[in-house]
Amino acid sequence: MIRLRAAGALLALACGSAFAQSQSNTMDEIARYRQMLQDGNPAELLVVRGEELWKTKRGPNNVSLEQCDLGLGAGVVKGAYARLPRYFADADQVLDFEGRLVYCMVSLQGFKREDVVKNPYSGTAQRQTDIESITTYVVEQSRGMKIDVPQDHPKEKAAFERGKYLFYMRGGPYDFACSTCHGLDNQRIRLQDLPNFEKTEAAQRAFAQWPAYRVSQGALRTMQWRINDCFRQQRFPEPIFISQATIDLITYLGARASGGTMESPSIKR
Amino acid sequence: MKNRFLLAGLTSVAVIAGCETMMAPVPTEQETLAVIRAGFQDRGIAKVDRLNQSDLQATCSKYHNNPPNGVRQQLEKAALATVRYPTDGRWLGDFKTGERIAQTGVGMQWSDTAATVNGGNCYACHQISKEEIAYGNIGPSLYNYGKVRGTSEQTLTYTWSKIWNTHSYNACSQMPRFGDAGILTEQQIKDVMALLLDPNSPVNK
Repeated sequence: MIRLRAAGALLALACGSAFAQSQSNTMDEIARYRQMLQDGNPAELLVVRGEELWKTKRGPNNVSLEQCDLGLGAGVVKGAYARLPRYFADADQVLDFEGRLVYCMVSLQGFKREDVVKNPYSGTAQRQTDIESITTYVVEQSRGMKIDVPQDHPKEKAAFERGKYLFYMRGGPYDFACSTCHGLDNQRIRLQDLPNFEKTEAAQRAFAQWPAYRVSQGALRTMQWRINDCFRQQRFPEPIFISQATIDLITYLGARASGGTMESPSIKR
Repeated sequence: MKNRFLLAGLTSVAVIAGCETMMAPVPTEQETLAVIRAGFQDRGIAKVDRLNQSDLQATCSKYHNNPPNGVRQQLEKAALATVRYPTDGRWLGDFKTGERIAQTGVGMQWSDTAATVNGGNCYACHQISKEEIAYGNIGPSLYNYGKVRGTSEQTLTYTWSKIWNTHSYNACSQMPRFGDAGILTEQQIKDVMALLLDPNSPVNK
């Protein structure tokens, strides 16, 4: 009996390890696929278009965005994305990059806010929106730079606290919160790795890679889009583009990721 | 006179307190919820009323899913009381249908419609059959679930309750309440039960 049991245990062990082996091969293959994607990122083309949009005189006021202050002074693009969201005195509000871009398109160029925010994300096989293109240009200008989301102004601290609250807020028919998937180490949905935002390193890696070019969608996706699609799968109602709540959440994630190094636009599955 | 001074004193305290609130780095829960509510909109079947938290959602959020013991027991008791067992006394449906339900992740998103047949999306978080290698790991492996546990009345009741309202046995479990929240029908839950417990299911091979 004991011998039989021992044999059974051995067999189970052998099967288990063969299984673990095939699982690890799959993971290796996926890692290899992700590596291959890194050669040639279509986002590079968008950087060019975004830069042109940034520097061209546009809108009812016929001015470029070159006088837009992204937080480091009017016209400074280099390194600006890595230090957003932040408090802006002129808007008396904490803004993420996309929020700040809309602010400048409205206040400098004279576009109507409702027109600018109407369709921030491109649909399937559509041309990328101006917001997506400009975002790609600006974030590229922070590549290799340290993430440094400020927590000095009281409104920046308040944004962080509200963002943290939303991160842990369970709701909807599935009872999901952001933390359901992003609050534990080494978690996966199917084969997709999920960063744990409670751990600094994982938060840094994740934050550093957005915006990203999504191969499966053939499109550049911004941080606001990333948040939007998470809430869809969370079975929440739709977060409003650049609403304070979305900026708060991005502030929380960004401040958790401070000290990391920007790698965006990255390329993902 | 003394009263007027007191009143004046109280008013200035109130003014200072008002400024403090405005500048306070930690917003109140009410302020936070107001900002969150203002930040979402209805889209398709996903309405803003989904932000109204149940007691369980609010409590688990507050404790970051780790409530103190007394609270934990109360939540579990309340959850167990919601479970409705099969009306015809049959626990197991068809394991092949159960596998399809476990594979399907749609339902209740704004990209779905009221007519969408909801899936259980079990593989998102669990290993189940050995053939499917694209499984997540937020929940425990369910491979050989029935083979290990058998099909005693106790196992059937426990498994059903766990699927119907997972909080019955783990107050702030991350799993959805598939029966209680109306995600899966009674028949679909029977099919998932069969996937886990039918001796002929690939899960138990």
